[in-house]
Amino acid sequence: MRTLKFLLQKEFRQIFRNKNILRMMFMVPVIQLIILPQAANYTIKNINIAVVDLDRSSYSSKLVNKVLSSGYFKLAEFSHTYKEAYHLIENDKADIVIEIPQGFEHNLEREGNQKISLSVDAINGVKASVGSAYLTRIIQDFNGQIRLDWVQPSMMNQMPTIDVASSNWYNPNLSYYLFMVPGILVLLVTMIGGNMTAQNIVIEKESGTIEQINVTPVKKYQFILGKLIPFWLLGVIIFTLGLTIARVVYGIIPLGSIALLYLFVSVYLIAIMGFGLLISTYSETPMQANSLIFFFLQIFNMMGGLYTPIDSMPAWARVITDVIPISYFIKVMRMIVIKGSHFHDIIPHILIVLLMGVILNTWAIINYRKTT
Amino acid sequence: METVIRTKDLTKRFGDFVAVDKITFEVQKGEIFGFLGANGAGKTTAMRMLCGLSRPTSGEAMVAGIDVYHKPEDIKKNIGYMSQKFSLYEDLTVLENIKFYAGIYGLTDKQIKDKSDELVEKLGLQSQAKVLVKLLPLGWRQKLAFSVAIVHEPKVVFLDEPTGGVDPSTRKQFWDMIYDASERGITIFVTTHYLDEAEYCDRICIMVDGKIKALDTPFQLKQNFKADNITEVFYQLARTAKRGDD
Repeated sequence: MRTLKFLLQKEFRQIFRNKNILRMMFMVPVIQLIILPQAANYTIKNINIAVVDLDRSSYSSKLVNKVLSSGYFKLAEFSHTYKEAYHLIENDKADIVIEIPQGFEHNLEREGNQKISLSVDAINGVKASVGSAYLTRIIQDFNGQIRLDWVQPSMMNQMPTIDVASSNWYNPNLSYYLFMVPGILVLLVTMIGGNMTAQNIVIEKESGTIEQINVTPVKKYQFILGKLIPFWLLGVIIFTLGLTIARVVYGIIPLGSIALLYLFVSVYLIAIMGFGLLISTYSETPMQANSLIFFFLQIFNMMGGLYTPIDSMPAWARVITDVIPISYFIKVMRMIVIKGSHFHDIIPHILIVLLMGVILNTWAIINYRKTT
Repeated sequence: METVIRTKDLTKRFGDFVAVDKITFEVQKGEIFGFLGANGAGKTTAMRMLCGLSRPTSGEAMVAGIDVYHKPEDIKKNIGYMSQKFSLYEDLTVLENIKFYAGIYGLTDKQIKDKSDELVEKLGLQSQAKVLVKLLPLGWRQKLAFSVAIVHEPKVVFLDEPTGGVDPSTRKQFWDMIYDASERGITIFVTTHYLDEAEYCDRICIMVDGKIKALDTPFQLKQNFKADNITEVFYQLARTAKRGDD
């Protein structure tokens, strides 16, 4: 164990002497956690809408007012014809055209139904679907209102309507930050934990010091522990920093136990650092390690369930999410922070990540050769 | 005399390429054994096998009484190694490097302290003891690297072109350190392509295309090849090389 003491001492000295590592440790979490959640926001506002009101009746203006006062839409223009409005879409000035046909009020009163046309620019799929969903909801609401207006006087004639009232559990205000910030923190711990470990070892390979270590009696496991322990600690520090930012900037206070979060992050770091270690054993230069890490981080980023729900991925993609550790961490993080889950809820997740850690580290140790 | 290194038909192949071709030699305790050859002659590969960094393809080799082929890890306590690449940690200070290597070789705290004081003084680095190694001139770094390679008083130290790029006066000082270590009983196994340095060795071995072409004392070699100096001997032999200079 004396050998390990010297290895650790050396590693900490190098880390604290390296301004870049320190910068990366503190700047990256602060900047990413403060900037990313603001930008990567699904709450869509400022949808430009062009209104073609061919009816110009009291109902049609009621409807238009309702749409514009909802807060999601910005009036691009009142157009006289659909053609005019369509030009606005073509020129990127409007995202949605709502066309209220002539005789809207008349038909509604006489015949009890009327169609409205919505044309949506679907180049930005998210904006389009969210926008038309909002609009449909507003129109439905409007529909319900006028129905009520008519029905109320004659209390006898009750029209059966189904009103869906949904309540949002765990995140009642559908706060986007509550959903995103813990996820981004996971990504950060993954990036820094995996990358720093891989880079560190490859740099020793490149400078030749690793060969010097290989002719000493230092054992493989000692060398690897000497690398893992410091970066494990750094990972925990970064995680702590991230939790603090989540609390101070976004007011996110984990509903569940903080100790449980730390238990999971401890196990998770072992797995993700084993991954970094494995990358380093397969690369000769920092450049190679970088390319590999970049490739895998993209997969982690897109398939870990941070931005898109894993349940809606195709079956083959879900297999991939099952074997990448980050998806478990994102899940557990949200479970503990948002839902307040307990230890027994996350036991399966901990066990799987622990297994991954054992596999990755064993693989890396076997693949790290002192002799060629 | 105690034999510290003994090889028999030691061979290393990389695919079809035979880097080291059945070399057989012995090195005695305290000897300064020079390994000469053009680039690509197989010097470094031979040395890496003896250090346990590279597994031999066939043949036998014993270093410090331990079999290289089967127990490469056991050799490591008994050898020191200084590679062509600079092998100290540049972002650690002189003292930190000495203490780190002394520590991982298992010296006690007292030994580490005595040893680092002694080395710093011997190298005349008192004022630079707390300076980062990357700030030292190359010659001093090489002397420091050598001192670190023998910090644990190994039976053999392997030096792979230790004086590459070093100025003549520092090279002279470097060789003084080598003599000093040899007098203490440390066997020196050194590769070089500075042929004047070869004259400083007790015995030299000249490799051409992975094979040993000559092995004797510098004096005897000059006699055998009817040459005035080792450079001439070397050119006579190197002319027969078929492998290109890489």
